[in-house]
Amino acid sequence: MKAYNTMRLSFDSRSANEAFARTAVAAFLCPLDPTVEEILDVKTAVSEAVTNAIVHGYRNSIGKVTVSASLYENKRVVIKVQDRGCGIEDVTKAREPLFTTAPEEERAGLGFAVMESLMDKLKVSSKPGKGTTITLERVIRSKEAANDSAR
Amino acid sequence: MTAKTYVNIEIQDEVFIARLYGELDHHSVQPLREEIDAMALQNRPKELILDFAGVGFMDSSGIGLVMGRYKLAQELGAELRLCGLTAGSKRVMQIAGMDKLAKF
Ligand SMILES: Nc1ncnc2c1ncn2[C@@H]1O[C@H](COP(=O)(O)OP(=O)(O)OP(=O)(O)O)[C@@H](O)[C@H]1O
Ligand SMILES: [Mg+2]
Repeated sequence: MKAYNTMRLSFDSRSANEAFARTAVAAFLCPLDPTVEEILDVKTAVSEAVTNAIVHGYRNSIGKVTVSASLYENKRVVIKVQDRGCGIEDVTKAREPLFTTAPEEERAGLGFAVMESLMDKLKVSSKPGKGTTITLERVIRSKEAANDSAR
Repeated sequence: MTAKTYVNIEIQDEVFIARLYGELDHHSVQPLREEIDAMALQNRPKELILDFAGVGFMDSSGIGLVMGRYKLAQELGAELRLCGLTAGSKRVMQIAGMDKLAKF
């Protein structure tokens, strides 16, 4: 299926851009009329993926982080967060709750767990030395649907 | 675009209240934890309260903040309590199982 609307952002892996990235994605989704909760879920998941690219992907360097979002029929949203940083040796292990390679920075090791529980789908593809792409997917129910079911 | 993130600390007798405001992410959380730790180590409270009422957004960096302050509270022999969690913050805390670490 073809996306009916897309966007793409590229920015430096500086921590100040974490808020920029999640806010930009949230703004892009506005025409779908998401609930406050849905917007917050997506912002949180994007924040996790972008932070990981900045903190882990480009550990001792500054590189480009790319965030893209595509809208499909039936309010399906697909978001990709990509870095060309160090990559992940063992993705299965990295996705385990509480696993972190940066405990001294007070990282909880819960970023992937948070993404997984807030989104409908999470895909991690990574190659050591090449970089990581996170794909997040979520269907927006919209306020209208939420109101209908509350009625 | 996003309001500044900051902490307001109030100490009364042996109760230490840190009121958090803004958005808690990897970028914003670092100065907050330094401020909280410095004040708490100086005052050695018996109860450490983190008030999330002013937090409009948090990701797992907020969980890291709580986990770190839990360790700090243990070092001080203090109790950690979380309050004012909005629905969004609560959801993230529960994914992390923080309800087992601290009262809220
Ligand atoms: N983009 C990335 N590039 C390289 N390594 C990554 C990337 N994303 C995640 N990782 C690895 O996967 C581990 C787990 O990631 P996760 O987000 O679950 O936890 P964390 O970032 O360590 O802690 P938290 O997100 O709770 O602050 C990281 O510690 C890191 O080793
Ligand atoms: Mg993370």
